[in-house]
Amino acid sequence: MKKTKSIALGMALAVGAFTATGAMAATTLENVKEKGHLQCGVTSGLPGFSQPDEKGNWTGIDVDTCRAVAAAIFGDAKAVEFTPLTAKERFTALQSGEIDMLSRNTTWTLTRDASLGLNFAGVNYYDGQGFLINKGIGVDDATQLDGATICIQSGTTTELNLSDYFRAKGMEFKPIVFDTSEQTVQGFAAGRCDVLTSDRSQLAALRSKLSDPSSAKILPNTISKEPLGPVVRQGDDQWFNIVKWVLSVQINAEELGVTSANADDMLKSDNPNVQRLLGTDGDMGAKLGLPADFGYKVVKLVGNYGEMYDRNVGPDTPLGLDRGINALWTEGGVMYAPPVR
Amino acid sequence: MKKQTIDSRPAGPKPWYDPRVRSIFFQVVAIALVFWGGWTLVDNTLSNMESRGISTGFGFLEESAGFGIIMHLVPYDATMSYGRTFWVGLTNTLLVSAMGVVAATILGFVLGVARLSSNWLVAKISLVYIEVIRNIPLLLQIFFWYFAVLSNLPSPRQSVDVGGTLFLNNRGLYLPEPLTQDGFGLVWGGVLAAIAAVIGIRIWAKKRQLATGQIFPTFKVGVAILVLVPIVSYLVAGRPLEWEIPALKGFNFGGGITIIPELAALWIALSLYTASFIAEIVRSGILSVSKGQTEASKALGLPHGLTLRLVVIPQAMRVIIPPLTSQYLNLVKNSSLATAIGYPDLVAVFMGTTLNQTGQAVEVVAMTMAVYLTISLLISLFMNIYNRAVAIKER
Repeated sequence: MKKTKSIALGMALAVGAFTATGAMAATTLENVKEKGHLQCGVTSGLPGFSQPDEKGNWTGIDVDTCRAVAAAIFGDAKAVEFTPLTAKERFTALQSGEIDMLSRNTTWTLTRDASLGLNFAGVNYYDGQGFLINKGIGVDDATQLDGATICIQSGTTTELNLSDYFRAKGMEFKPIVFDTSEQTVQGFAAGRCDVLTSDRSQLAALRSKLSDPSSAKILPNTISKEPLGPVVRQGDDQWFNIVKWVLSVQINAEELGVTSANADDMLKSDNPNVQRLLGTDGDMGAKLGLPADFGYKVVKLVGNYGEMYDRNVGPDTPLGLDRGINALWTEGGVMYAPPVR
Repeated sequence: MKKQTIDSRPAGPKPWYDPRVRSIFFQVVAIALVFWGGWTLVDNTLSNMESRGISTGFGFLEESAGFGIIMHLVPYDATMSYGRTFWVGLTNTLLVSAMGVVAATILGFVLGVARLSSNWLVAKISLVYIEVIRNIPLLLQIFFWYFAVLSNLPSPRQSVDVGGTLFLNNRGLYLPEPLTQDGFGLVWGGVLAAIAAVIGIRIWAKKRQLATGQIFPTFKVGVAILVLVPIVSYLVAGRPLEWEIPALKGFNFGGGITIIPELAALWIALSLYTASFIAEIVRSGILSVSKGQTEASKALGLPHGLTLRLVVIPQAMRVIIPPLTSQYLNLVKNSSLATAIGYPDLVAVFMGTTLNQTGQAVEVVAMTMAVYLTISLLISLFMNIYNRAVAIKER
């Protein structure tokens, strides 16, 4: 009898707990400010995009996107904590509120945008899927890959593109699906598969991890469009706008020639576009719920888009990726940000 | 008579002091609270997901999956639905679990008995095996069997070739596949007849032993029947079986049966790991049988093998079965580590790729949990039935 009572009491308490959590909490910006840092989801280790160095500092283009948002909110690019996530953990982590934003080379697709309760806040890298092959198989083009065994990382658009491509070409393949990119490379290195497929930017990074990078080469074919960019939860427009416009500020800064090196001088600029960007004129910050000088902080502390690109993935880095279509629209690329006005 | 007793009893306690009434009342309250709690949980989840714009429901199971899976026991290609990927993953999980349970049980019993061997070397080898394997994390062992062994196997073009029919390389083990031709039904008939005959002989032998005390060599005769009858019927039917030999084609071997390295690595790792625990369970079971039982059976003149088989093991089973059940459950659950080496089990295919392509986390995770729960409860049920059958019956 006593037992029954205590079970009933326990149930009542538990139910109370469930209903209590039903109440909606404050906005993401308020939460972030209260915590004092931004919680950002990144890859668990992909050179050029997000990777901890030997001192434990995270670096990469996705990491810098997080730092730029932190710089805009706190005026401190270091006010970020990083949560390394695998491809299949990332959306749940964002949906459940474990992270405030996701910046993890994630492809913007209709399904993800429309059915996961997420919003894509722009593109920080335009990519496409390619193939890394073992030179020993003697193939120069993806159309010769009929019957190949292919290593893939699980839970990515890559899996679907690959299947579509082979079906459209009437070819067959054997997929070996691993959990992390680390395991995928290991599988490729161990000879389990003839081909490793992923976004082209990643192939360069993964190839550099092989014990003998010259034994593998990247095929010229690009079989998909992969616009990669930061993601936020749906239903908080202010937060969505903040992330979207921090990225736009970086791209506009490059277009206007504002860099982390000349940002202080540019504060005295007569150009009204530069004045609005750096917050010396207008109230752009207030409209987003940010300090007036958020644009200045972003450029000063993290840099413009071009600096971010060159530092992490550009020609002078181990990845050595040319700007290609990631160049500004004025330079023949597709990087085009709406104006700050 | 009974009615009279009730009638003659003075008025009972007030209903709220009556223990029976109170227990029913509280049980009803508890059940109501459980249902209310469950409903609140579901309702809360659904409304929260709706307010965040996350689509819900099981409609996604009908959608076309669009990704490839290397190994499937049920027919599958990328145009089939997510519902089908569920079955592909489930059957792959069941396959590796069943193979693991069988191998781990055999190896575990051998090791457990070996550890109690009077031969010093055998006992120590078993001891070292158990202590080493038991104390290394399973995931590391899976990685070892997969990556360390795989990278030492030759590439498809340099395959290890056994008589031109069996090939081993870093893509798997390729075996000839038997293709049944017309008339193979006779062979199946032969197999069924042989099984029926063995059961019949067993029943007859037992009866005869009870009546006359004479022992019939059931085991030897049974094996002979099971082997000979199908072979004879195969020959009579005109050898209705052809073998498809795997052949190198393009990048890889085609045709025949392929055992992929992911399956082999996971199976070996799960079996070896679980066997070390089963060995300890078997040892404790055997040690739990009083030494007097062995001495008594020896005094009766039973040989060592019969003593073990008829006296010690049956009594040890009472101690062995409950923890053995736990090990089987662990093995099934541990098979989900498959995802680390790319074996397409339920967790990798369904809770991995399918979840990620559809984003239906709640539904997919709930279904996966329900599957593991069901498998575990079924194993538990069957082991309990078996346990009851072998338990000492006190009459």
